[in-house]
Amino acid sequence: MASMKRRHFLSYSAGAAGALVVGWSILPPRQRLMPGSPLPVAPGQVALNGWVKVSPDNTVTVVMCQAEMGQGIHTGAAMLLADEMDAAWEQVRLEQSTLDRIYNNATVIADALPFQPDDDGYGRRALQWLARKAIREVPGAIGTGGSSSVNDLWLPMREAGASARAALIAAAADLWKVPASECRAESGRVLHSANSATFGELAARAAQMPVPKNVELKDATAFKLIGKPVRRIDNAAKINGSAVFGIDVLPAGLLYASVTMCPTFGGKVARFDGAAAQAMPGVRKVIAVDAYDAGLGSAGAGSGGVAVIADTPFHAMRALKKVTVEWDHGPAAGVSSKNVIDGLAQMLDHHKGNVDYKSGDVEAALKSASKTISAEYRVPYLAHAAMEPMNCTVQFKDGAATAWLATQDPGFAQRAIAKVLDIKAARVKVIIPFLGGGFGRRYLLDFLSQAAAIARQADGAPVETIWSREQDIMHDYYRPAFVSRHQAGFDAQGKLVAWKATSAGSSMGAPSFLDGSGKGAFDTGYEFPNARIAHQPAESLIPVGIWRSVSHSYNAFFTESFIDEAAVACGQDPVAFRAELLARKPRLLRVLQRAAEFSGWGQAPAPAPDGAKKARGIALHRCFGSVVANVAEVSVDANRKIRVHRVACVIDCGFPLNPNLIRQQLEGGIVYGLSAALQGEITVEKGQVQQSNFHDYAPLRMGECPAIETDIIASAEHPQGIGEVGVPAIAPAVANAVFALTGQRLRTLPLKLT
Amino acid sequence: MTELKINGHVITVNAEPDTPLLWVLRGELKMVGTKFGCGVALCGACTVHLDGKAVRSCVTLLSAVRDREVTTIEGLEGQEADALRRAWTEVDVVQCGYCQPGQLMSACGLLKNNPHPTDEDIDTAMRGNICRCGTYPRIRAAIHMAAGIT
Repeated sequence: MASMKRRHFLSYSAGAAGALVVGWSILPPRQRLMPGSPLPVAPGQVALNGWVKVSPDNTVTVVMCQAEMGQGIHTGAAMLLADEMDAAWEQVRLEQSTLDRIYNNATVIADALPFQPDDDGYGRRALQWLARKAIREVPGAIGTGGSSSVNDLWLPMREAGASARAALIAAAADLWKVPASECRAESGRVLHSANSATFGELAARAAQMPVPKNVELKDATAFKLIGKPVRRIDNAAKINGSAVFGIDVLPAGLLYASVTMCPTFGGKVARFDGAAAQAMPGVRKVIAVDAYDAGLGSAGAGSGGVAVIADTPFHAMRALKKVTVEWDHGPAAGVSSKNVIDGLAQMLDHHKGNVDYKSGDVEAALKSASKTISAEYRVPYLAHAAMEPMNCTVQFKDGAATAWLATQDPGFAQRAIAKVLDIKAARVKVIIPFLGGGFGRRYLLDFLSQAAAIARQADGAPVETIWSREQDIMHDYYRPAFVSRHQAGFDAQGKLVAWKATSAGSSMGAPSFLDGSGKGAFDTGYEFPNARIAHQPAESLIPVGIWRSVSHSYNAFFTESFIDEAAVACGQDPVAFRAELLARKPRLLRVLQRAAEFSGWGQAPAPAPDGAKKARGIALHRCFGSVVANVAEVSVDANRKIRVHRVACVIDCGFPLNPNLIRQQLEGGIVYGLSAALQGEITVEKGQVQQSNFHDYAPLRMGECPAIETDIIASAEHPQGIGEVGVPAIAPAVANAVFALTGQRLRTLPLKLT
Repeated sequence: MTELKINGHVITVNAEPDTPLLWVLRGELKMVGTKFGCGVALCGACTVHLDGKAVRSCVTLLSAVRDREVTTIEGLEGQEADALRRAWTEVDVVQCGYCQPGQLMSACGLLKNNPHPTDEDIDTAMRGNICRCGTYPRIRAAIHMAAGIT
């Protein structure tokens, strides 16, 4: 291993620059091949760099720094490395990375900066470069979020694979006394005329070889895995019951905790009586637990509570019912979501908001317009409701801890747990099983800190704290409610001359200078001659946090609904109207036009199976570097219920790493967004969430799910986001279709016809 | 002490009779393939077979199981199960995968009763299983594919 440390090679120079043209603004400030400390290895196993290990049995273990929560990153990331290494897909195994800084994800932060995607100016490039440089150096900044994983790993993991291949070829050349240039790698072997050796046979020698100097990445025509619809690597484990999620870990001596929290946000225990619970079978302890917040700047407080630690989950749950608690409800006891949302609207009566984008003189243009329209839109709070309820297992023993946690954010999680246990972060070992859904909820730290506090009371035993579904829904950090007001003006020829939009709502957690609340409103790509797009930050005591597609989840609804209203106001077809505003944006235009073609836009859709008339609506949106368009076909049933029959979805996400994963994520995003658009609403009264389980916070079910057809635009550009991009454009597509069908413009989510 | 027949084995468990089968499996037997999702039979993540029929183990008390055959995802076998697993892989159904054991148990229950279900049959039989990743269209396609294989 000592030799590994010396092998700091492959800066983004010769090899990379030969095959790829990368601007200075996206060059990582430091190479990501070799970790600060050597990778842990099994007996006989050899680490060729920080991303791949090879065993004598010829298994290739690819190091995974991103959490698998359904988005398919384990498959996608392994493909990047295996292809460049020329490993056989069948020999690939996966292993969780350490928290070394080479795994830091700077893209998630750099991409969150509030700039126009088309902005190529020095300001943006300098700030992004600085952000990347800063994040690269932050210990444990390994986030899985912001639809950034493939974008971030595209070069480092390919380079790691190419470097490993070069080292193995060098070892073979050395062994056979032949020039390396005459050797080639194929399906996990190195070959030269009659000679052949497996990677496993060559690995130990490869690790001792001098550093490969020029490592060239494959040309796209040479890809064997990249770009192909490779099946998911986690399929088998997830259909035979062997996949281990956070809630499934079974360390020896495991105890379980159930917790009841003050139903009011930020409330705590005034006093409690745990005597009856303590007397129940299997109960070890009944304890009060402090309130822990979500961290990461998320607004709003967690709640304190009472936990029962017992030998089985059911013993903990059953005994918890015997605990009597008197709550101190705290300052949020008077909060209602209706008042908060009405307050946002009132705020817009008095505040003009912070300008995110400005062109021309919108006030003058509105004044001189021949015709103006205006509208107000509203969206509610939303819970994440991942299928796996929040849980975390912690063992605290002899001043050190092990934490088994399904998290999107292991570095911050490690520090949060260390803080609760009052030990150094390095004393917390973090093990990340599969995540049973993340959607942003598992970026947050409240439930992890709570589990650590409970485990601290367990005399060295590991404790798994499991929230009930009710706790999960009532103690979430919610997608914030927003209100947005829009005005458009048209000249005598019916041409759009003014666009004004001002939204009000809470930031999902970024510090104010990074506040991305306006993303999805000011960076759409539409070119308005006179425009003012602004956001008014608001605060309330309702906890809010990041939710799949963050601000795009509401801004796409506002913008794409009002664009549709503007098209109607000037008597234009919604596709043609958008195309005019995107005349100089070929990438957006191509997605728009392909969506029209792909969906059969312009031809009347066939009636619904029950004979009801159908209509289509379209929405286009750019986010996480990708451009997506949805066309929804809707009808209305006899009870005025909106039914979505079919969604046609077109995406340009740069180079499509794995079309199969891309289609999965688009389908998943559309269903997640449609659940919210048709049925999703969290309401708060007296500081307490009124919904508690899947009966009153109801996701779509099988029979309500539309047919979804996806089309991926061919592209050779750097890969962009996928995990969240399916969500934003579905609500406006449906709302616009409902208008086309009924003439009723629905401006509030969830969409309900009156 | 209660004797249970699980996946073809007779197993003695200590859990009290009011313990839901889900927690007998997960808590006492450490068979964690069966998932906890809602606790009140709203989501289907905990679906197992009782004498070959899909039931929600989170609301099935140990006292109601007694001599009946319990099948969990770990022991799901046979023609329908094989066909479903093959189809699930071909179609690449899974995403996060947390609800999938329950989805497969429900789908298998359906195919045992109805080897060639229509879309409507599938929607009805699978209505109790929620997936937040949105794998529904692929589940439906995979059930049709499995029906074609068997």
